[in-house]
Amino acid sequence: MSAEEVRRVATLCHVGVSDDEVEQLRGEMAKLVAEVSVLQAIDTSAIEPTGHAVEGVHTVMRDDEPIEPMGLEDVLSNAPLREGDYFRVRAVME
Amino acid sequence: MVPPLAGLGSIKKAVMLVILTPWTYQWIANLHAGVASVFVGDTASYNPYMPDYEPVIGLEVHAQLRTRSKMFCSCPADYQAAPPNTRVCPVCLGLPGTLPVINREAIRSIIMTGLALHCEIAQETKFDRKNYAYPDLMKGYQISQYDLPICHDGYLEIDVDGERRRIGIERVHMEEDVAKLFHRTDPATGEGYSLVDVNRSGVPLMEMVGRPDLRSAEEARAYLIAYRSILQYLGVSTGSMEEGSFRCDANVSLRLRGASALGTKVEVKNMNSFRAVYRAILFEIERQSAKLDRGERISMETRGWVEEKGITVSLRSKEEANDYRYFPEPDLPPLHVEPSWVAELEELLPELPEARRARFMAAEDAKGYGLSEYDASGLTDTPALADYFEEAVGAVREGHGGDEAPKRVANWMLSELASHLNAANAVIDDSPVRPGDLAGLLGLLAGGTVGTTQAKAALEAMYESGKPAAQVVEELGLAQVTDSGELTGAVRQAIAENPSAVADFLGGKETAAKFLVGQVMKATRGKANPGIVAELVAEQLGALKQ
Ligand SMILES: [Zn+2]
Repeated sequence: MSAEEVRRVATLCHVGVSDDEVEQLRGEMAKLVAEVSVLQAIDTSAIEPTGHAVEGVHTVMRDDEPIEPMGLEDVLSNAPLREGDYFRVRAVME
Repeated sequence: MVPPLAGLGSIKKAVMLVILTPWTYQWIANLHAGVASVFVGDTASYNPYMPDYEPVIGLEVHAQLRTRSKMFCSCPADYQAAPPNTRVCPVCLGLPGTLPVINREAIRSIIMTGLALHCEIAQETKFDRKNYAYPDLMKGYQISQYDLPICHDGYLEIDVDGERRRIGIERVHMEEDVAKLFHRTDPATGEGYSLVDVNRSGVPLMEMVGRPDLRSAEEARAYLIAYRSILQYLGVSTGSMEEGSFRCDANVSLRLRGASALGTKVEVKNMNSFRAVYRAILFEIERQSAKLDRGERISMETRGWVEEKGITVSLRSKEEANDYRYFPEPDLPPLHVEPSWVAELEELLPELPEARRARFMAAEDAKGYGLSEYDASGLTDTPALADYFEEAVGAVREGHGGDEAPKRVANWMLSELASHLNAANAVIDDSPVRPGDLAGLLGLLAGGTVGTTQAKAALEAMYESGKPAAQVVEELGLAQVTDSGELTGAVRQAIAENPSAVADFLGGKETAAKFLVGQVMKATRGKANPGIVAELVAEQLGALKQ
C-alpha cells in the first residue's frame, strides 16, 4: 500500500492524517486488506451476484402522494449554524 | 480537509478507512488501470497535412421528474416556488435512522421514457450509493444506480441537414436531486460560506447517458431538443433548462477523421440553454483543434461554460476527480420490474414527436395535414404547440372552412404568433390568443373582412387584450370597405385624378389598371377590399374604352 494510496483514501473519507500516520497506516491497511482478501479465494463464477444482504427480497414502492413536511423551525432546530431560514455551512470549494 | 478523527489512535483510523471504503480493491485496480489513455495529439502534430479532426460528442442529461412527491420520501416535490426548507422531512434531511421508500410514479415515468427511447427495461434492477462529501448532499451520499440501470441500450433519431441519424443511448437511470447552495461572503471576515436550502434534496432525477455518437454541435442540439420533446410528450418532465429541471453536460473530444480510437475527453458543464450547449460545444471543438494543431495534448478535465464571455474554463482536472466508491444501497432491496407492468405502460405510450411530425406531414386524405417538413417540425416541437395547431385547424374547419386550413394556421402560428410569443419570452400555453381566436381571425381574413395587414394588426391587439378577433376588428375599425357603393366613388375619383394612367390603359397598357387599384387602396388607407376595387376599376375603365 503506497503512501499516495493511503492519502487518497483519507481524502475521500475526509480524515486528516500526518506523514507519520501515513507511514504507520500503510502497513496496517495492507494487513487489513490482506485479511479480507481471503474472500477472493472463493470461486463465485457459478453464483448470481447478490445486490443485497437479504436474498430473495424485493423492495416495495409507495404511491405518489405528498404528505405534510416538517415545519421550518423543526427542520432548523438542530442546525449547528443558521442564517435566516437556511442552514449555514463553511464554504467548500469543489 | 476535516480532521474529525484526529484524536483517535491510528489503528482505529486504519480500520475506519478500510470500512469506509468497502470498494478499496476495485479502487486500487482502477488506479492502476487508469493511467492508460489514448492521445490523438501526438499523431496530429506530426501530420504534414492540415489535420482533419472529427468531433466526438456524447451528452449526459439530468431531468427532474414531474412527480407530486419526492423520490424516496413523501415530501411535496414542488420546491421551485416554495420558501426555503419547507419541503423537508427526516428522510431528505438525511437524519440517522430514516429509510428511503421508492416512489412508484417515478419508476413509471422512467420506464415510459425508456420505452420511448427504444431501451431495454431491466427486470431486475437496484440502487447504489454514490459517495462524496459536499454540503449539497445531506446524507454524504446520493442514492443512484451504478451497474444495473432501469433502462439501457436505446436510441434516438435526429434529422440534421436532411440526414437522419440514429444516436445511441447507453442508459437511463434513476437518482435523487441534491440540496441547493447559495454562496455568500461574510462582510466582517471576508470569508466565503454557503447557505443550504434542502427543498430540492430528494426530488426524482432521471439521468440519461448518451453514446458518443454525435459529430457536431448541430447534432448535439438536435439530440437534446429531440430528447426534451419526448419527455414533454410523455409528460414526465417540464424540460426547462432555464428553471434547472433539465440539465446537460457534454463530453467532447476530437480525433483524426477515420481514426477509430477516441481522443482525450473533456467534460463541459454549466450550460443553461440549448443555445449555450451549442455554443459551448462549438467553442470546445475550436479550442481543442487549435491545441492539437500546435502539437499540444488535450488534458482530461472538466470545464465550465461561461455564458457572458462565451468560453469554457477549467474547473478541475480528472486526476483529482471524485472517486465515488459506489456500493449497493443497503437500505433498498433490489427492485423487481414486472414485465406485465412494462407491457401495460407500452400500451399507454402517447403519440411521440416523431410520429406526430409524420402525421402532420401526411396528406390530408390520409388523416394528415399535408404540411412541409419545416412546418411539421416547428409545430411538433412541444406537445402544447401541436395541440394548439390541431385545435385551431379544427376550429377553422368547423367555422369558416375554406381551403388549406392547416397551411394557413401553420403560417400564422409560426410567423406572427411566434413573434409575439418570442417578444414576450412566452410559450404557447401563455398565449392570450387561443386556438379558437386564431381561427376566428383567419375566418375574417378568408371572408375578406380584413386584409393581411389589418389581420396582423388585429392579432397584435388580440395578443395584448385577449379579446376575440371580431371585437378587435370592430373596435379598431380594421374592417375592409366591401360596400361597392362606397368604393365606386373612390374609384371614380382615382380615375379622375390620374388621367395619364387612364390614357396608358386606353393605349393598351393593361398594368395601368393595377396602378389605379393601388391609388384607391392608398386613398382608403388599405381598408378597401382589393378584389372588389379591382373589379370596379376594370368596370369603369371598360366603360371608358367603349
Ligand atoms: Zn422528505
